[in-house]
Amino acid sequence: MSLLELDGVKVHFPVKKGVFFDRTVGHVYAVDGVSLKVEAGQTYGLVGESGCGKTTLGRAVLRLVDITGGEVVFDGTDLAKLPDEEMRKIRHRLQMVFQDPLGSLNPRQNIESILSEGMAAHGIGADQEERRTRIKKILAEVGLPANALSRYPHEFSGGQRQRIGIARALVLEPDVIICDEPVSALDVSIQAQVINLLEELQESKGLTYLVIAHDLAVVRHISDVIGVMYLGSLVEEATSDALYAGPRHPYTKALMSAVPVPDPDVEDRRERILLHGDLPSPASPPAGCRFHTRCPWKQETRCATERPELTVVADGHRVACHFAAEIEAGTVERTRATGIEAVTDTAPEEQ
Amino acid sequence: MSLLSVDALSVTFAGHGTGRGAGRAGRATKAVDGVSFDVAEGQVVGLVGESGCGKSVTALALMGLLPRKGVSVGGRAEFDGADLLSMGEKKIRDLRGSQLAMIFQDPLSSLNPVVPIGVQVTEILTRHRGLKGEAARKEAASLLDRVGIPDPDRRLKEYPHQLSGGMRQRALIAMAVACAPRLLIADEPTTALDVTIQAQILELLKELVDQEGTALLMITHDLGVVAGLCDQVNVLYAGRAVETAGRRELFAHPTHPYAHGLLGSIPRLDAPRGEPLRPIRGSINDKIAWADGCAFAPRCDFYTLQCLTGTPELTEPRAPGHQVRCVNPVLPADRSADAAEVSS
Repeated sequence: MSLLELDGVKVHFPVKKGVFFDRTVGHVYAVDGVSLKVEAGQTYGLVGESGCGKTTLGRAVLRLVDITGGEVVFDGTDLAKLPDEEMRKIRHRLQMVFQDPLGSLNPRQNIESILSEGMAAHGIGADQEERRTRIKKILAEVGLPANALSRYPHEFSGGQRQRIGIARALVLEPDVIICDEPVSALDVSIQAQVINLLEELQESKGLTYLVIAHDLAVVRHISDVIGVMYLGSLVEEATSDALYAGPRHPYTKALMSAVPVPDPDVEDRRERILLHGDLPSPASPPAGCRFHTRCPWKQETRCATERPELTVVADGHRVACHFAAEIEAGTVERTRATGIEAVTDTAPEEQ
Repeated sequence: MSLLSVDALSVTFAGHGTGRGAGRAGRATKAVDGVSFDVAEGQVVGLVGESGCGKSVTALALMGLLPRKGVSVGGRAEFDGADLLSMGEKKIRDLRGSQLAMIFQDPLSSLNPVVPIGVQVTEILTRHRGLKGEAARKEAASLLDRVGIPDPDRRLKEYPHQLSGGMRQRALIAMAVACAPRLLIADEPTTALDVTIQAQILELLKELVDQEGTALLMITHDLGVVAGLCDQVNVLYAGRAVETAGRRELFAHPTHPYAHGLLGSIPRLDAPRGEPLRPIRGSINDKIAWADGCAFAPRCDFYTLQCLTGTPELTEPRAPGHQVRCVNPVLPADRSADAAEVSS
């Protein structure tokens, strides 16, 4: 039994129109049927580009957005159907670290006030004195000086602010921490400090992470299992090593080939798979496979009409592509250019 | 003979006065402190560093885009024999857009939101190439087509908000290359974009350099982008170049402790899992002025008291042409470099 299980989770945002009466004229299919399992003590990394629904999915787990359908089972409880008050009580076990450390800290509260607010709300610590002792211990664990207590967010550097965000999650003794782009706002030398901190804390406290990020190299470094999202659904899921060794979905292949590696030899040797055009709008996702409008291996049959399901191709490796096996075996040809022509060719695409 | 030759460029922002309570904000800030580099035709030169290292200010100084008041620019920047820094406003305005062009990080805020793309592209063609009316419109459409914007005639009538991020950046590139500039300065051109779109834009820039022989000054924080694109790399820290080398030499033998540390702290896609990152401790805020020693010393693992006596000079401790500003560089015999465990 996994600690956190998502089954067919959907989050659809209604698109409203009208001056007096809000008519729903359509939906943005931000998350459209995602199923995954996060094992206790492990790190699950969700990657995808902007607009793929990864942040919405993370927020849906905490019920910070309304879930349209599906189940979010945490430790045997379906969070999606929990009454609000029950959800509030369980939330200290599921905490979140946000992308923008300055934007997610109240500038007018000092650090002690920020960190003790959640503890008071969840009845952790009998009085302020006890809470302060605990906060001091956590601050030391995340590498902040004890005199930080009476200071305000603006007095800290970006990396330190992210440490405060992590401390805020930790004081509530969570089981799961959802990290939404935990390092993308930080400089590279600071990124490494925060990544190492997250790893140390996981080891010492047995934390479970759901890490949401667009940077595949960061996700690969930190995760045990990686899920790749495209336009609201998972297209591939595998262990970190298996995904790097052999990505099966055309989108994952393109994504991996696009990540710059700080090594000229690797950069010169590798073949980039360039994709045509941009991400389609999640308000009107393409029929069939959502990637078929940009896929270099798009086939005449099935791709445009039939939506592929995630299917197991190897132990712990799931892929949502009709032709994954054929592409792997080399029996289907590329139907679109993947070189510079993919970028400069402006001939209209058939839909 | 290089196209652009920058010699001891420095940029100082004046403080807000020195009266009572002026504090930190009252002091002058030296954002760029004696940066020198050359860019030849058809060459890609990278300026790499973290926020606050002076890489963007360098670009703005070269383009003459810094405010005249409160900013003092020193040094020389010879472009095709003429000094860009001492040039009059009228003269540099003729160069900007025609011979010099720049692409900015955030394509949305560099485009005018209330003017259609077409007008913004034809504006340059009219100003620098004297094209008008239908001829200008046709040329604008072919420019958009060249950077891979589908259906250019329709896009010309649209406003920036109607385009996706990647499309906007392409429109900016189209505007930048409209007059076939000899030097293109790209300031973090792909930082705001998704990685698959980034790959598209980088290929586009590469093609431009290969086909047109444009000189490209690439400003970025991403060492991965540098590894794939740049011929010559300058690593900046706190306003000074700390290491300058060819791209292969730099990545094979990072010799300044900062460049060395930077490469050790990046998670690599191709690294075996479980390999720990070696971060640089502290942050760039706790800097000391270069005049008093090495600005990187407080974060450096190899620093000695010698580091705090006078400004370290650029030397070539490892190979000719590989310049390093450090009195205690990371050299092959230095085994401690690989064993250095940094506590964050």
